[in-house]
Amino acid sequence: MTVAGIPAVATRAGRPLLGGRRFSLDWLGTVPFFAYVVSFLLLPSAIIAIGAFESASGGITLDNFSHLSRSYIVKTTIDTTTLSAVTALVGAAMGALLSYAIVTGSPNGVLRRVVVSASGVLAQFGGVTLAFAFIASIGPAGFVYLFAQSHGLDYYAHGIWLFTVPGLAVVYLYFQIPLMVLVFLPALDGIKPQWREATESLGGTTWQYWRYVAGPILFPAFLGATLLLFANAFSAYATANALINQGAPMLSQQISNALSSEVGAAEPGFAKSIAVEMIIIVTLVTVGYTLLQRRASRWL
Amino acid sequence: MAVARRGFRRTRWIKLQVFRYVVFALAAVFFLVPLFAMFEFSTRGKYGERTLQYWQSVFQYPDLIDWNFGPAPDAAINASLELALITSLVMLVLLVPTMVWVRLKLRRLNRVVEFICLLPLTIPAIVLVVGLFPMYLWLGTNFSDSILTLALAYVVLVLPYCYRSLDAGLGGIDVKTLSEAARSLGASWFSVIWRVIVPNISNAILNAVLLSVALVLGEYTIANNLLYNNLQVELVHLGRTNAGVSIAVAGASLVFAFVLLVIIAFIGGRGRRVYAEPAAVFAGPLQGSQA
Repeated sequence: MTVAGIPAVATRAGRPLLGGRRFSLDWLGTVPFFAYVVSFLLLPSAIIAIGAFESASGGITLDNFSHLSRSYIVKTTIDTTTLSAVTALVGAAMGALLSYAIVTGSPNGVLRRVVVSASGVLAQFGGVTLAFAFIASIGPAGFVYLFAQSHGLDYYAHGIWLFTVPGLAVVYLYFQIPLMVLVFLPALDGIKPQWREATESLGGTTWQYWRYVAGPILFPAFLGATLLLFANAFSAYATANALINQGAPMLSQQISNALSSEVGAAEPGFAKSIAVEMIIIVTLVTVGYTLLQRRASRWL
Repeated sequence: MAVARRGFRRTRWIKLQVFRYVVFALAAVFFLVPLFAMFEFSTRGKYGERTLQYWQSVFQYPDLIDWNFGPAPDAAINASLELALITSLVMLVLLVPTMVWVRLKLRRLNRVVEFICLLPLTIPAIVLVVGLFPMYLWLGTNFSDSILTLALAYVVLVLPYCYRSLDAGLGGIDVKTLSEAARSLGASWFSVIWRVIVPNISNAILNAVLLSVALVLGEYTIANNLLYNNLQVELVHLGRTNAGVSIAVAGASLVFAFVLLVIIAFIGGRGRRVYAEPAAVFAGPLQGSQA
């Protein structure tokens, strides 16, 4: 705050002497902020970008990227992509249904406000606590499982799938669905009831309304939201690591392993190349999302 | 014809209401059962009775909590609380004067500051930590390897959320007129910020602080990969030996986070509507990439 005071004095004294705004020292007030973000946001990014092309001895190399073709990394990449795609599609479909149920109610109703606020909280509710919540409910000692088992439904008869990738998918839906509600609700709000009336007065059926009117208008928004959900699942780490502690089936866990291996085989260059792979995928998806949002806003 | 049409409308209306309430009921089950289960699980006794034994034994784990709230915390909860405090303070000292200054003197930098502040939303924490790792190795050997240095990284993590909150607060007051009035009455720039701007955006500041606290208390990725034991990392360790206590503490931290968010919703709901709704503040990368 004291720094913010310096430029004002300097400017006042300096302007007449230097003759003109060009020599204004106002920018000095932003130095602390920019120094901080350069040190703790841009420097780490640069370390990743440069380090990915650096060999252990310091030379320039593409070896780190050739390690990405190791069979377990290829399998992890495929698994992570599949999991993200499945949770994004299922989450988007369920979230869209929930959004539609909200939109068809009163716009200022209590129900709507409760669901929207809850979605805001739950979309951020990831991590360790979420994994614990599912272990405590549908896990092998959870009351849902004990209840189902005592009523003849043993859903772990073929193995405890909660601690595998399919189990992780169920857990991810817990934050994917609320995120979909937050992103998709504005699009649904943009649909005008007059369009439906117009369809009906022209003799269109409900199916035709959804197929030829509402569907094409909502589709870009839906697809964009699905991409956002994909990126969200793809970059998640805490939930996966708290739930699955063997085998590191997610790409984010592989980064963690390469970074500081517990058996002492850390490969920092390799960690950076996986990080670059991840950032490329997430960036592509985010760009797609932005383009689709722009397309969607044409009608909504 | 008209009667038939009304009948058709009515059937459709009933169908719609059935659909809505089925969806709401299913959503309520899916989202509430896991939350309820944490409290059921952590109060379950050996023979099916209800007990608070796990909740009471939280204080018997010195790795989890003790009375040392000094500059070198050795328990996870203490460290996380101190980190939340430091992160909030550094964030405010860094962000508030800069945002005010940019609005007053350097308007063309506004977009740049916004872009930088929202940037962490597009970089996954697990990616950021790869770049932070060598920096923390260097910090650890040359400066300090205290767990409290994590606050340096956490400030970056909370930047987007706090930026949006403070931006909404500053957008609701006339910063230029207020500061010109104060300056013409002889106030220093420090007084302008501390005695004129800050009191006027106190709700936005409180909002930003509560969001920071909630995010820092829930942070796992960075701490775990930089090999520090904060609250969430310790919960995972503890969960492998004593699931009951671990879930009790997780439940308690969840209640704490919910209380913070209810306070945010309460602040946002009264007075002039210049503050972002918690939903909007928490809405993830969507607003950032739309801008």
